Amino acid sequence: MNAFLAIIGRDLRLATRRGGEAALTLGFFVVAITLFPFGVGPEPELLGRIAAGIIWVTALLAATVSFDRLFRADMEDGTLELLALAPLPLELAVLAKAIAHWLLTGLAVTLLAPVMGLMLNLPEAAYGPLVAGLLLGTPALSLLGGIGAALVLGARRGGALVGLLVLPLFLPVLIFGISAVEATLIGLPLAPHLLILGALLAVALPVGVFGSAAALRLALE
Amino acid sequence: MTAATQPAGLVADHLRCERGGRLLFADLCFAVAPGGALLLTGPNGAGKTSLMRVLSGLLPARAGRILWQGRDTVEEPGPWRRALAWLGHDNAIKPQLSVAENLAFWSRLGASGHSVPEALEETGIGHLADLPAAMLSAGQRRRLALARLALTRGGCWLMDEPTVTLDSASLARLGTMIARHRADGGIAVIASHDALDLPGAQALDLGALDTARA
Repeated sequence: MNAFLAIIGRDLRLATRRGGEAALTLGFFVVAITLFPFGVGPEPELLGRIAAGIIWVTALLAATVSFDRLFRADMEDGTLELLALAPLPLELAVLAKAIAHWLLTGLAVTLLAPVMGLMLNLPEAAYGPLVAGLLLGTPALSLLGGIGAALVLGARRGGALVGLLVLPLFLPVLIFGISAVEATLIGLPLAPHLLILGALLAVALPVGVFGSAAALRLALE
Repeated sequence: MTAATQPAGLVADHLRCERGGRLLFADLCFAVAPGGALLLTGPNGAGKTSLMRVLSGLLPARAGRILWQGRDTVEEPGPWRRALAWLGHDNAIKPQLSVAENLAFWSRLGASGHSVPEALEETGIGHLADLPAAMLSAGQRRRLALARLALTRGGCWLMDEPTVTLDSASLARLGTMIARHRADGGIAVIASHDALDLPGAQALDLGALDTARA
């Protein structure tokens, strides 16, 4: 447990020391969302109707931007070899890194989402389901994204490749994240959608952890 | 000599390794008892690093087994992982963290036996503890990587070219450090081009296996 927390703590500390890294993801999230009112026109009606979709899709893209760095620095300086040889199973090391990644990106995006909703004239009733959906959905993104990040370690420029690999995996999360908002807006119960998002997270946990660890072992051979 | 009669220490049993379709070594056997050392030599490309990676478990062997205290390191990786301290080509140093923070992380990750200040003292970088690792010279970075091994007591050190970028004073210190480790009952497997003072060490010349390759 101590080793597990040490990895989370180290990743958070590294991110704050490097400064820009976490801010980069959030900056991307905010700037990309800001572009939409310019692109589709400033009518509050129209923006309000597509606001949840904009926020969700941008959250996926922002997460994708951050994955390339998830394992790359550790791979390049030899830390990954040591993590693979440590008494702590590599799967748990991967989980610790995914948690740190989520705290730095997913959680931050979730907390920023209501502010972005305000800017896009998101209907009042949609705030709750949007945030609840992001809270359940973004950890799944961090877990699944790890697979892509680990798979492209051998490629010199993996950034765009990660996106191609993981964005299709994100599709179910996006569908049920949006349907949670839509259902609330037309008066249907919210719970089933959140339960499905929870189920997706429960699937992403083993798939992401074991998939990433297997890909990392291959990269280290 | 079978593994059953040789339970203690590190035993390689008919190891075979191929890289990129090229056979590096086959039927490689050796045994290192507690307190012992094995020095791997051979020209570039002879397979020193590959053998180290096979021993560590990073690279699966094509055939053969590696036994630690009589247990197969692939079937039962737990005891081997706890005993193993790996020094690769890369130093695994985070430039954003201080020297002491870098070591403290590895200490929390399972390298225990000696405290962080003790390990820093042993490698002679105690006065740099609070400096960001980004400020270190190449030799100091290597010493910080060695300090990570100095955290452990006993166990098995796998050191791939530990002497790279070290000055002569640090070389002497490395010799003392390895001697201390062996006196504690530890094992050191070292791949190096430099002449290290390792009293009673076994030597394995991977270049000399060349003839068996054809």
